[in-house]
Amino acid sequence: MIPPEGIGAARRGATGDPPRIDVPDLERSLKNVRTLFSALMSVVTVTASVVALYPLFSVLYLLIVRGGRRLGLSLFTELPPGAGMIGGGIGNAIVGTLVTVGLAAVLAVPFGILAAIYLAEYGDGSRVAGVVRFSAKVLTGMPSILTGVFAYAAVVVVTGSFSAVAGAVALSILVLPIVMLTAEEAIRMVPHKMKEAAIGMGATDTQTTLRVTLPTAMPAILTGVMLSLSRAMGETAPLLFTALFSDFWFEGGLGEPIATLAVLIYNFSGSPFDNQIDLAWAASLVLVAIVLVINLAGQALTKRPERR
Amino acid sequence: MSSAPPRAVTISRPPSAREIFVNRAFRGLTHVFAWATIVLLAYILFEIGSLAVPAMNEYGADFVTGTTWDANREEFGVLPEIMGTLYTSLIALVIGGALGVAVAIVLSQGFLPPVLEHLMKNIVELLAAIPSVVYGLWGIFVVIPTVRGPAEWLHEHLGFLPFFDTRLSGPGILPASLVLSIMVLPTVAAISREAMVAVPHKLREAAFGLGATRWETILGVVLPTASAGIFGAVVLAFGRALGETMALAMLVGNANVFGWSLFSPGNTLASLLANHFPEAGRVEVGALMYAALVLTAITLIVNVIGSLIMIRASSKMQGLR
Repeated sequence: MIPPEGIGAARRGATGDPPRIDVPDLERSLKNVRTLFSALMSVVTVTASVVALYPLFSVLYLLIVRGGRRLGLSLFTELPPGAGMIGGGIGNAIVGTLVTVGLAAVLAVPFGILAAIYLAEYGDGSRVAGVVRFSAKVLTGMPSILTGVFAYAAVVVVTGSFSAVAGAVALSILVLPIVMLTAEEAIRMVPHKMKEAAIGMGATDTQTTLRVTLPTAMPAILTGVMLSLSRAMGETAPLLFTALFSDFWFEGGLGEPIATLAVLIYNFSGSPFDNQIDLAWAASLVLVAIVLVINLAGQALTKRPERR
Repeated sequence: MSSAPPRAVTISRPPSAREIFVNRAFRGLTHVFAWATIVLLAYILFEIGSLAVPAMNEYGADFVTGTTWDANREEFGVLPEIMGTLYTSLIALVIGGALGVAVAIVLSQGFLPPVLEHLMKNIVELLAAIPSVVYGLWGIFVVIPTVRGPAEWLHEHLGFLPFFDTRLSGPGILPASLVLSIMVLPTVAAISREAMVAVPHKLREAAFGLGATRWETILGVVLPTASAGIFGAVVLAFGRALGETMALAMLVGNANVFGWSLFSPGNTLASLLANHFPEAGRVEVGALMYAALVLTAITLIVNVIGSLIMIRASSKMQGLR
């Protein structure tokens, strides 16, 4: 702080008496209004963050406590019980979820990766690429229930029945843009040097892409694929009126309605029977476990190369 | 000196005719799939639109202003659903947005040691990974019983306010909005954290150097600089909330009425679709398609605005570097 007499005064003081410059208190004290405000805000914000994370722990706790009750072999091997019946399991729904999501992956993953190759490599900077990217972003923002409405119109109405395929189509539209945009990012991360080396040796664009770029980008692409599939697994809204539900085992009929964990949880959540509600919790536990495992595995794929 | 047999001098060679053909074909293939994305989006909009056309001709604009949904009398209106969608999303956005920005501040302004910060960032991501139907189940068995007491108290003591003038009978706007706010929180937190991390260090350091406290820096420098990004995050989260289905279908009560009371049951466009589609007849399906079109229009507008804000936010940041 400059003394009232000005800098000159302080300098003059330096020749004779030791200068007396009025330095503000540098110690942090809560008596200072500004420091107090800062500290209070910190407390409020950290508290808010803890509040924000509370639901996650509450959900996980209940899943383990309520869902864990029914955890046993019969949960995986038996069919869902009817109203008022005891026992039963969610075996067909687990199979159905895997079938539907698997089918959605078959539809969406190659599509997404090929389009991503175009976006990142061949069509980079072109107007088409811009429009494609925009379309993909619009698709990511599209409410999941609307993909169900679309699959209903395009598949259920056309084929005349609710089916596993219709469910898979609905889910694939959710998976597609995520795969495409993450794969594009991943392909862009591949160092130019590597591609140039391949091209310099006379490799065609295709050989460069398939032998150099894609293998290098693969972990990151797979992360995107797994994250999108884990999201698709938990999706319920697009399946409600496409895959519908089935009380029986999946026997290879992709043209028939199929049971899924998500729809089972929804159907049983409003049930007046404790047995079905318990199964809804158990199904939630299984679903969240599968989703988290895929999610964490996907993240682990890209984290490993970073550490090297 | 024994000369080695002459081997291929180099491993490089020009591509053969077959390779050139494969190359063309593969490039063409990627081009086709890129175009297919555009076609798919157009097809989705066309398919929903074309099935909605009969209902659009039949009900016209009355559909958007009508308040009854009665399949038996073939009378369809979605005003309560539109209001319910906007109302629940806005409440969720206020709560989830505030908490999300708080989380983003904690995760970006050096409140925690790096290890904890990384852990908490992952936990927030897990919050987004929980399927919405599980949140719905949790809402039914945890949120509704928990808010019942406070709701009763608010109704008793502040019942004259329009927000509290009914009793909470179970499902309703408040539990649905609370669960929805948890679901938008990770979006807000992640995107606004990105925006705050992108604020150049020299700006923060300059503020500290001038003697600003941590919060003077956050409120005076970091938040204003990142404001466009945070706003974009909030708008994108709003788009997500508008389209969220399951948690609302399970918690909002599915009553085709709209009231300002937080404790009254209501409905949203997405949960209307979820509840009525599975057993709708031909005429009702047409009306539902119309409702889907309305939802598409609303979310599309909100998302495009959000994306534009994000693009402007990042170009503004580039000027600061």
